[in-house]
Amino acid sequence: MTCSEFVELVTAYLEGDLDPGTGARFIEHLALCEGCERYLDQFRATIDRLGSLPEESLSEPARGALLDAFRDWQAR
Amino acid sequence: MFARVLDAWSSSMLRLARSFVSTHASAEEVVQDTWLAVLKGLHGFEGRAAFRTWVYRILVSTAKKRGVREGRSLPWSSVAGPDDGPTVDPSRFRGPEDPYPGGWREFPPAWATPEEVALSTEIHTLLGEILDALPARQRAVLSLRDVSGHSAREVCELLEITPANQRVLLHRARAVVRERLAGYLASGVAHDVQ
Repeated sequence: MTCSEFVELVTAYLEGDLDPGTGARFIEHLALCEGCERYLDQFRATIDRLGSLPEESLSEPARGALLDAFRDWQAR
Repeated sequence: MFARVLDAWSSSMLRLARSFVSTHASAEEVVQDTWLAVLKGLHGFEGRAAFRTWVYRILVSTAKKRGVREGRSLPWSSVAGPDDGPTVDPSRFRGPEDPYPGGWREFPPAWATPEEVALSTEIHTLLGEILDALPARQRAVLSLRDVSGHSAREVCELLEITPANQRVLLHRARAVVRERLAGYLASGVAHDVQ
């Protein structure tokens, strides 16, 4: 497996979607290649950063309007 | 009960809607219209699909329509285009004439550690800009998976895409974000920032 092949398989690896043969070649390459180890680490760090974005929320007026609509709906 | 579902789902719904429309305000209207449509149709909901899937599909169709009105072109169904080709610039790797074809010419530069990075709000702003620049399909998958934490299976159901397609879109989007973050976090640059 080359580095240029490795970088295209990172998500499939993280998802556990690689077939056993490809998975073994991926791990073997990872053990030998510092550059790809770093690429994988940075990929994981990227996913972590995305997961730490603050939650978004509806504005109070929008939320209030929806709660009112739900009350009306229940009252029907 | 309704308030609980509304609050628990709002963040993920807003982010998904935002993949198709141009502003946060617009995404908020999409979420509102979605819930109003849900309430209107709730008596007709037959429980054949999971409730969440049903709600999110209404959200996606509402957001797409609005996106088209806003003049955002949406190559949602096209397979070609930005979803093809290598996710890392081929010039980063050695060519076929090299003794190690396909190997890194230079390793990706190391990143600053989290403690060295000035402010997380700065990174959040940057991530917002990066997400804004992604094609709609990639943004939708990335937002649902990595930002909001939905499972691959859920995302396939909500967006009506195949597992293989889901993975390709997710991988492309992650690779783009990694590359943009690298521009900011690779040690040399981070020193300039500090």
